Amino acid sequence: MTTSLLRQSERIVHTTCPYCGVGCQIDLHIANGIIYRVDGRFDNDVNHGNLCVKGRFGYDFVHAPDRLRTPLLKEKGDGARAERAFQPASWDEALNSVADQLRHLRDHYGPDSIAFLTSAKCTNEENYLMQKLARGVVGTNNVDHCARL
Amino acid sequence: MAGLATTVGSGAMTNSILDIPQADVLLVTGSNTTEAHPVLSLQMKRAVRQHGAKLILIDPRRIELADFAALHLRHKPGTDVAVFNAMAHVIIQEGLVNVPFVQARTEGYAAFAAAVAEWTPERAAAIAEVSAADIVQAARLYAQAQNAAIFWAMGITQHTTGTDNVKALSNLALLTGQIGRPGTGLNPLRGQNNVQGACDMGGLPNVFPGYQPVSSAEARQKFAAGWQTPLERLSPTPGLTVTEIMDGALSGRIKGIVIMGENPMLSDPNLHHVRQALEKVPFLAVIDIFLNETGQLADVVLPAASFAEKEGTFTSTERRVQLIRAALPLPGEAQPDWQILTSLANRLGAEWEYENPGEIFAEMAGLTGSYAGISHARLEREGGLQWPCPTLDHPGTPILHTEKFSRGLGLFCPVDYIPPVEETDDDYPFILSTGRILFHWHGGTMSRRSPGLEAIAPQAEVEINPADAARSGIADGQAVRVSSRRGEVIAAARITSRSPQGTIFMTFHFAEAAANLLTIGAVDPIAKIPEYKVCAVRLTPCQESV
Ligand code: SF4
Repeated sequence: MTTSLLRQSERIVHTTCPYCGVGCQIDLHIANGIIYRVDGRFDNDVNHGNLCVKGRFGYDFVHAPDRLRTPLLKEKGDGARAERAFQPASWDEALNSVADQLRHLRDHYGPDSIAFLTSAKCTNEENYLMQKLARGVVGTNNVDHCARL
Repeated sequence: MAGLATTVGSGAMTNSILDIPQADVLLVTGSNTTEAHPVLSLQMKRAVRQHGAKLILIDPRRIELADFAALHLRHKPGTDVAVFNAMAHVIIQEGLVNVPFVQARTEGYAAFAAAVAEWTPERAAAIAEVSAADIVQAARLYAQAQNAAIFWAMGITQHTTGTDNVKALSNLALLTGQIGRPGTGLNPLRGQNNVQGACDMGGLPNVFPGYQPVSSAEARQKFAAGWQTPLERLSPTPGLTVTEIMDGALSGRIKGIVIMGENPMLSDPNLHHVRQALEKVPFLAVIDIFLNETGQLADVVLPAASFAEKEGTFTSTERRVQLIRAALPLPGEAQPDWQILTSLANRLGAEWEYENPGEIFAEMAGLTGSYAGISHARLEREGGLQWPCPTLDHPGTPILHTEKFSRGLGLFCPVDYIPPVEETDDDYPFILSTGRILFHWHGGTMSRRSPGLEAIAPQAEVEINPADAARSGIADGQAVRVSSRRGEVIAAARITSRSPQGTIFMTFHFAEAAANLLTIGAVDPIAKIPEYKVCAVRLTPCQESV
């Protein structure tokens, strides 16, 4: 702890806490490519420098060793999909396989055979694009998010 | 928030965090605010401690806010409507109605007054197992306050009667005119960081961004033009909700699902059902930052960016649109979700050309009146802005419904008490209530990877009242089997009077003891929010280790 406090930050990035709907404003202190300290910002009408334990300390997930680093495709086979192993794939392979499947389903069973679950953890821009993809490209209103609250 | 959209015309929190200390009375129900919205709760504590506000807590559990409460009604879970109706009854009986407000700004009063005429405090007290005098006291405090604000969260909405609960609260605000001023209002506290934004952006089956109905020909024309999409591609029929999508996958109607940034394998009620649905659906693609329980079942998994590696905006519970900024490089070949969606759309024949999230926001704002005056450049200069913000020189809107309601007049909606779907019986004598605790977040995908947070709250726990524990032969810390009609999990007993007699409490953060294995798939008929809060269970002490 003491050593990390003494470390010089290379950058301080003003952003928004990713945990709850309060929307506290935070500063991420970055050194050697990691978030080593997080402060609450004072220049706002939301948190006035305060943070809770999640907003102050809950950032190890960003650097977790099991973060996904490459697209994954299920191996072909006869067994149940859940049982089969994943193989790393290129972006082209992975995106083409999703697009091929969705096109096939849309052409054979209609757009309403496909559904999209968007996310209360993703940004506005991403949520906007997800429903635009569902409605404007595929042609279905089957779009919802898990936290209808 | 189907309830508020009906009664006042907008489902969002009416007031702002900043004006909480201006309330003389705070009514908090179904929100464990100090754990679920900790920094917002600081303003509630400030209102009580520094400004002498009175806090009315209506919650079965003795949560931390109880220490700040002038009055705590520990009602039986699922009996909220009975309590709120009786409060309205008292307000009318005792002449505490804000008559000028009701006359000028509302409609439907007569029918509502007739409906609550039979909801005496005594009748509600018998159903809710609280004292009638406390109901009377709560009604007087709320109605007689200069400014009184109501707050609620998932404890109110996660019932089959969730929409009714919200309407019943809304009726109280309309009756007393406790809305449209600082320190008043109807304030649903949104859980995850961007629930408000996901709804605002049209992440719902029945609306485009800005709650413009897909059934409206005008809205479809507007979006067809804005998106340069053939009009006939935009369907006028509302789509399926998440619960219906899972049912559709099981029945064979849904053949492909794309999931972005969610783990329904942990956050949905009745997990067996969800697992079967996701195993059965012929095609499943998942976009996420971890390979979680849902991703394991997928055909394709695409690696996305965390909040620290991308740009964009979140909209907080108080309708405040705020920026996130990239602080770190992406791990490996991961890409921000907006790029992944763009590549996918273009492979399906679209011609999207976005250089950055600011351009996406600008397109959205051009089609969404309440966001029209907001841009990334403006947020960069001025900080967060609260919608509605219709023009570039508009300062944003801290308080809704000041002059008139979004729907014009506020609508009284009589609601009747409906008992919970699953009542306790001899086989399943306890009510199980689920919720979240301070140190973990929803499915736990993020917070459970934090060694520091794991050390504080390491295992699944079930809170049991001391009298119930004694009767069931359960010792503190002992492993307990919790069984419902749908499944069973094992958790460590934590004996505490926080939980009232007859009700046990579990969290749904832990994959190993997912409380949602036990809960019911019954959903509120309008909001389609699953019933997490009330189901019947039995407790058996066991020898196995937790
Ligand atoms: S710091 Fe705590 S209260 Fe603030 S947004 Fe983050 S999780 Fe919510």
